[in-house]
Amino acid sequence: MPEIDAAKLKEIYTSMVKIRFFEERAIIEYRKGLPGFIHASIGQEAIPAGVCAFLREDDYTITTHRGHGDIIAKGAQLDRMMAELFAKKTGYCKGKGGSMHIADVDRNILGATGIVGDGIPIAAGVGTALKMQGLDSIMVAFFGDGATNSGAFHEGMGLAAAWYLPVLFVCQNNLYQQSTPTRDYCRLTDIADRAKGYGIPGITVDGNDAIAVAEVAREAIEKCRKGEGPILIVGNTYRTVGHHMGDPGTSYRSKEEVEEWKKKDPIKRLRQQLVQNKMATDAELDEIENNVLRELDEAVKFAQESPEPTPEEALEDIYA
Amino acid sequence: MRELTYREALREALREEMKRDPKVFMMGEEIAEYGGSYKVSQGLLEEFGHERIRNTPLAEAAIAGAALGASLVGMRPVAEIMYIDFSFIAADQIINQIAKLRYMTGGMVKVPMVMRTQGGGGVAAGPHHSQSLEAIFAHIPGLFVVMPSNAYDAKGLLKTSIREDNPVIFIEHKKLYGESCPVPEEEYTIPLGKGDIKREGNDISIITYSRCVNFALEAAEELAKDGVDVEVVDIRTLKPLDEAIILSSVQKTGKAMVVYEACRTGGFGAEIAALIGEKAFDYLDAPIRRVASLDSPVSFNPRQEQYILVNPEKIQAAALEMMGK
Repeated sequence: MPEIDAAKLKEIYTSMVKIRFFEERAIIEYRKGLPGFIHASIGQEAIPAGVCAFLREDDYTITTHRGHGDIIAKGAQLDRMMAELFAKKTGYCKGKGGSMHIADVDRNILGATGIVGDGIPIAAGVGTALKMQGLDSIMVAFFGDGATNSGAFHEGMGLAAAWYLPVLFVCQNNLYQQSTPTRDYCRLTDIADRAKGYGIPGITVDGNDAIAVAEVAREAIEKCRKGEGPILIVGNTYRTVGHHMGDPGTSYRSKEEVEEWKKKDPIKRLRQQLVQNKMATDAELDEIENNVLRELDEAVKFAQESPEPTPEEALEDIYA
Repeated sequence: MRELTYREALREALREEMKRDPKVFMMGEEIAEYGGSYKVSQGLLEEFGHERIRNTPLAEAAIAGAALGASLVGMRPVAEIMYIDFSFIAADQIINQIAKLRYMTGGMVKVPMVMRTQGGGGVAAGPHHSQSLEAIFAHIPGLFVVMPSNAYDAKGLLKTSIREDNPVIFIEHKKLYGESCPVPEEEYTIPLGKGDIKREGNDISIITYSRCVNFALEAAEELAKDGVDVEVVDIRTLKPLDEAIILSSVQKTGKAMVVYEACRTGGFGAEIAALIGEKAFDYLDAPIRRVASLDSPVSFNPRQEQYILVNPEKIQAAALEMMGK
């Protein structure tokens, strides 16, 4: 395959910056008093950005409670996402879902589950429907390493494999199932080896190297599209913040470990690669970042100024 | 009019809806060549092929989750969970995803799927193949729950369920599959949320559903000999519930008995009793009576099973007590 061109890499960079800045801004707003939980994915941005860069508009995704990045990478609007975090009526879910359940069906983002692993069987069903309808769209399920312990993972992977479905399974292995390190729950050293149990390819990639992720994803997506799915990609990465805002992320891992991973920051890394290879200038990338910051200012303003849903509207949308 | 068994009527509904709408397909364990554990889908593979009559791995969470996924992108899956006892493996998908996805997304999606399953005792199938678990699903906002008591209702309600844009838990009864009743050749559907008076009477309203409708009708025949005129109200769908038919019957008779095969405690009949207590108390001239199965797993031993489960004799005895006879 040809090398990924500068335009595509800048698109990936933009996507990663959007994810990072959105979550950093969400954390600031959360500390000022947003309700509920926020599970940030800071440090993991290369995986959704690299994968979604090669998805088409008519491809589908589903994600988990730590899903802001996956949703942004597929093209969701930051203002409606922010409004959802603010529990406002203009949020994607009219304030009923919150951070853990954002969907944008117009962009084929089918949602996010608060039950770890549950998106995997659902993805198999979407793949079934796409195949039955003779479409060449594919389905991507994003999840974390913890999800690979669930029965839903096993059942969904098994079904998708048995039916040769056009589903790409993307595991963001951030090395901890909340606080439990991989080695304490899984005897395999490489989570991608789980794919062997279903007779499908399992590919491991450096999840902090956006270019590597993009190359692997591009090939896997095309294979799924040609009927060679399902495929499991495991991106090894690290969440440099806690599990959620109530967790400083210090009781189960050392400061040194976190600092080591911060040095491998995927955004800085892609920036260096782009500049060194003369695919972009610092000024260009600064402008991308400034534009995202402006977009986020507007998103927060939109969220703040949006109306609250009424209590009575809680009873809408239960049935069609 | 011709008669069909409950099984044949269900199969006819499936066949008609699959012919009518190419988006409808079936998935479940052993439903293709084997024809389903209770042979409801027998013959459909030959007619519709493996693409639309899909055998699944033995993986109920995958069946439920995949049905949901397919329903989100243009299909109308009819998923089969072989026994309602097995639905707990799928319960997370049913309760947390299928029931809530529309709500969680602020109404962005529809979930047009049917989960067919069957429950109930009476065949010495033991504690893992005999339960009546409908109350659990009726408890969950976002689901509809349908429990037909005869072939006519089964066909009309299944057709409606397949056309419905909300997820429907469609619970058949294993002891009803061989029961027959007249079913017209012409197409018909039955709306959800509409009960049916299966027998008119003036002395006691028996409010029930599924196989217990037959038990109530048998008991009513016996009670008639003692001069007790029983009305049998078949609610047919637990959700949506036809409150009006229950309340108007109780208003007429002044006595309410609720009959269900599930364990007594927390059964759906308790909800019906509460409804009558809240909205028809002034019409009652006797306490509301519940006749249900005992609070026990369903024993394999046939005599113990008979002892645990509700039956016509228990209904009859309770009715005589209510009438002071």
